[in-house]
Amino acid sequence: MSNIPETGRTPRVQIRLMVIQVLVFSLLLTLGGRLWYLQVRNGREYTDEAKSNHVQQVVQPAVRGSILDTRGVPLADNETRLVVSTSRTELMKMDDGGKAVLTRLADVLGMKPKEVMDKVRLCDSKTPQPCWNGSPYQPIPVTDEATTQQALQIRERAEDFPGVTAEPTAVRRYTAPGLANTAQVLGYLSPVTDEEITKAQDTDSPYLRSDQVGRSGLERTYDKQLRGKAGVTRYEVDNLGRVIGLARSDVAVPGDHVVTSVDARVQAVAEYELNEAMKAARKEMDRNTNTHYKADSGAVVVMEAKTGRIVAMASQPTYDPNAWVGGISAKDYARLTGKKSNFPLLNRAIQGQAAPGSIFKVVSSTAAVRAGYNFNGNYPCPSSYSIGGQTFQNFESRGYGSITLGKALEVSCDTVFYGLAHKEWIKDGGLKPKKDAKNWFYTTAHLFGLGKETGIDLPNEVTGRIPDREWKQKFWEANKDGWCKQGKKGGTYIQRLAYEGCLEGNRMRAGDSVNYSIGQGDILVTPIQMATIYSAISNGGTLYNPVVGKAIVSADGKHVKKIEPKSHGKLPMNQKTRDQIDKALAAVTTTGSAAWRFGGWPQKQIPMHAKTGTAEVYGKQTTSWFASYTSDYTIVMTISQGGTGSGASGPAVRKIYEAMYGLDPKGNQDIGKALMPEPRTELPKILPDGQIEAPKILPYDPPKEPLDEQTLAGPPAAVAARRD
Amino acid sequence: MAGTGGFSVSSYGPKRGAWTRLAARDSMARRLDWPLLFSSLALSLLGSLLVWSATRNRTQLNQGDPYFFLLRHLLNTGIGVVLMIGTIWLGHRTLRGAVPVLYGLSVILVVLVLTPLGATINGAHAWILLPGGFSLQPSEFVKVTIILGMAMMLAARVDAGDQIHPDHWTVAKSLGVAVLPMAIVMLMPDLGSVMVMVVIVLGVLLASGASNRWVFGLIGAGAAGAVTVAALGLLDEYQINRFAAFANPELDPAGVGYNTNQARIAIGSGGLTGTGLFKGSQTTGQFVPEQQTDFVFTVAGEELGFVGAGLILLLLGVVLWRACRIARETTELYGTIIAAGIITWFAFQSFENIGMTLGIMPVAGLPLPFVSYGGTSMFAVWIAVGLLQSIRVQRPMSA
Repeated sequence: MSNIPETGRTPRVQIRLMVIQVLVFSLLLTLGGRLWYLQVRNGREYTDEAKSNHVQQVVQPAVRGSILDTRGVPLADNETRLVVSTSRTELMKMDDGGKAVLTRLADVLGMKPKEVMDKVRLCDSKTPQPCWNGSPYQPIPVTDEATTQQALQIRERAEDFPGVTAEPTAVRRYTAPGLANTAQVLGYLSPVTDEEITKAQDTDSPYLRSDQVGRSGLERTYDKQLRGKAGVTRYEVDNLGRVIGLARSDVAVPGDHVVTSVDARVQAVAEYELNEAMKAARKEMDRNTNTHYKADSGAVVVMEAKTGRIVAMASQPTYDPNAWVGGISAKDYARLTGKKSNFPLLNRAIQGQAAPGSIFKVVSSTAAVRAGYNFNGNYPCPSSYSIGGQTFQNFESRGYGSITLGKALEVSCDTVFYGLAHKEWIKDGGLKPKKDAKNWFYTTAHLFGLGKETGIDLPNEVTGRIPDREWKQKFWEANKDGWCKQGKKGGTYIQRLAYEGCLEGNRMRAGDSVNYSIGQGDILVTPIQMATIYSAISNGGTLYNPVVGKAIVSADGKHVKKIEPKSHGKLPMNQKTRDQIDKALAAVTTTGSAAWRFGGWPQKQIPMHAKTGTAEVYGKQTTSWFASYTSDYTIVMTISQGGTGSGASGPAVRKIYEAMYGLDPKGNQDIGKALMPEPRTELPKILPDGQIEAPKILPYDPPKEPLDEQTLAGPPAAVAARRD
Repeated sequence: MAGTGGFSVSSYGPKRGAWTRLAARDSMARRLDWPLLFSSLALSLLGSLLVWSATRNRTQLNQGDPYFFLLRHLLNTGIGVVLMIGTIWLGHRTLRGAVPVLYGLSVILVVLVLTPLGATINGAHAWILLPGGFSLQPSEFVKVTIILGMAMMLAARVDAGDQIHPDHWTVAKSLGVAVLPMAIVMLMPDLGSVMVMVVIVLGVLLASGASNRWVFGLIGAGAAGAVTVAALGLLDEYQINRFAAFANPELDPAGVGYNTNQARIAIGSGGLTGTGLFKGSQTTGQFVPEQQTDFVFTVAGEELGFVGAGLILLLLGVVLWRACRIARETTELYGTIIAAGIITWFAFQSFENIGMTLGIMPVAGLPLPFVSYGGTSMFAVWIAVGLLQSIRVQRPMSA
């Protein structure tokens, strides 16, 4: 023991004990530091995470509100269907990614396995439709048309179909009452995307994973009202999902109904007649191209002239909006978005734009009056008008000597407007515009609301364009590089155009201005813009924002919020000019360019006003326009590559009026048959239980083609050569 | 130097009244390390509250009795205290004679685990199921017997005054004593326990004064062994996964990383003062698996907050501080080695256990000394406390 120090240990052991002690306490300090970091410094973050950890949401989807016509007939409502859905999460757990289950499912449902698998794959930039663009955690619908028998098979053999459910679910139904399909106006729904959920997270109407969102038409504009609020019950749960408490519960609030001003019966007539007019045009020979008219697309708008409310709005080509319900199939999607089908999803009443042709002359007449020309003055109407070496034909008319502006409207004399526009162009400084150039023809068009949206309550309305000096400058700046590269002096027509464009495309040439004055050239308008303008002429000058929605009615019927018409300006004309134009437009149907289409019309009882238009489109056949109004309604119809205004669109428009007023082809009125002799102001009747009364509706029965002498004879021989 | 008359447990002392004996300067009561005892007891009782909170809703575990685990934890603590008193009463020196027997018994028990008597819990085949719903985890006892066995061999000739430090042959033999049960535990496989045992052996060698070559050699061998085990794929998938989850808990939040993730959420959400006992939503919702045993620290973290969880660290700190003092104060190497072995055991096991709940250590199935529910572990740590107290009680008065 003598070699052991007093303490009992050697220094080596002493030192090592100190090492152990230091190590031990540094470990404890490490733990303490980490504990402080987690709990005190970052505690908040984990508290939030813990909260989301043990709250489970049970979503009770809100029933989407219906879209009703003006009498309460549902255009879009819901029906209970057997929806077969699959849980992607469950499928992914399987070794084969659920292939076997989906193949069995396809077999039961009578679908192709690939079709089913495509429907449940997730959309990304590389995956074409069909694919699921909703949340991967949400059950993905495979079909909503399962039969009871199929649903029973799936449920009884649950072990063969893990992750597959067959549940009765409320799905959207587009009822097409009386064959009024109204597709583009109603729009469609598709599942909410992750992006939208994130974006709407902190707004007052956040999305749920299960939500369907309106993608176009009324479904989109009134999405917030229609959607309602899903009921969410938040349960506190343990790790196994067992409920240990109720955190919060919100009862589902069904969506509001949207009552529209559309009358399903008139809508059906409008759709039918538009389609018939296009079919008829395709039988007509185009004398310029020596082929049949293609009549590839068209639109018609029926508007209440005194309010801007839309009574009917049809667009061709069209489609069945039910294709979107329950996830769209690959075939349907390709068909709806393909060039071959000519884009039936487009609502051409608000998204189709074309040069207006002569229906633009009401604007030019007003511009002339504003520029100081007397409406009843005498203006030469030769058969052609020359500027420099260039001759501008009086396309739609013949020479009439000296006539008033009213007569020029009536017979659609182009040369009167050529002359006025040319004079104004020179006054404004010609190619080198003066600083105080008035540009009457252009400013007036802007005051008519052209070149911008009308503000209709439908999404993605296009603006059209007024090719004024500013536009020309901008357009040239954007395109001159291309033009200068492509252009060639004395080359093909296109090359020459590009060459000219390169040199002086920014300049307003006399020819541009002259062409513009009769609605040709670079000007573009939409049918809804023209309907707004003709309504304003009818109602004394107020430009109303066109509106489809008439009222929002809560699901219980207790709260009704009317949507009042709004105006976006007055026409730049005084009452006298309005009356003069009104008179001239009436004469169009009695003695003017549309007279041959309105024989027998009871002009005394129901004064009809109209203007025909035939617009040139480079490389295509002419666009047919027909704008018309009575004291209550405006109807504008256009058919692309459809021929002349009076030829293609005129009869169809007349038939729509006849159905609305209850007229027979001879002009006898039977008010009992009239669908809408005057605009309907009252809302549909709301029953005490909140239901909205929906009257029965019969499909449109088009009148038998009368053996009318005048119609049979065709246009009068004297005007056989004229274009409109 | 250390006279024989200094021991109150000795029956050779003068006859005195009970009260006088207790109050006497050399009485056992006066010589006990009270801070050590209080801290150990406080940890055990705090543990009973946490175990209670973690299990009162787990009806599948507690057989419908919310107090089931509370009472059992208290019972285990009681038995542990009795075992401590017994250990003190016998004294670590007296036990020295019994070390070979105890060691042999513990080795037999771990071998039994490998027979059909053994049972697998959480991937570790480390248990012997006893009748009446009791179970035994022999590897906990092995930790004690390894310390005792090695201490006995390493200290024998040094304490006898024959050597200043244990010679190589003695060190090699003592390592053999440790390696035999460790190899068996490794086969179970209970890697966590093996890890603790390796650290214990390291602590024991350090305190024994064995040559530096042994110390660094062992560290090197440990590292090499770990690499070999990993490289040869000797690890089960669950072990690799646990490690992967530690490195990246977001790897698979519903699977492997679930434990660590939920544990961290539980602790993090406690904040400074916690949600209050029984009010932790992570605990009530049973989001953290094994919360009454390996993950008991998360209950403290969530319900008692930084204050409560810090208190556990503080109490562990007191235990280790006292143990370090005891190791330094005793004059005999035998006691020093035992104390050092216990210190490294407690320290590493606590660090690993708490560290994994805090996400700084990989997950291993190790209980938190005193606090975790589990009889064998509780008994083993209280025997260890008894050994520490015994060393303290038998220390020279002059020190």
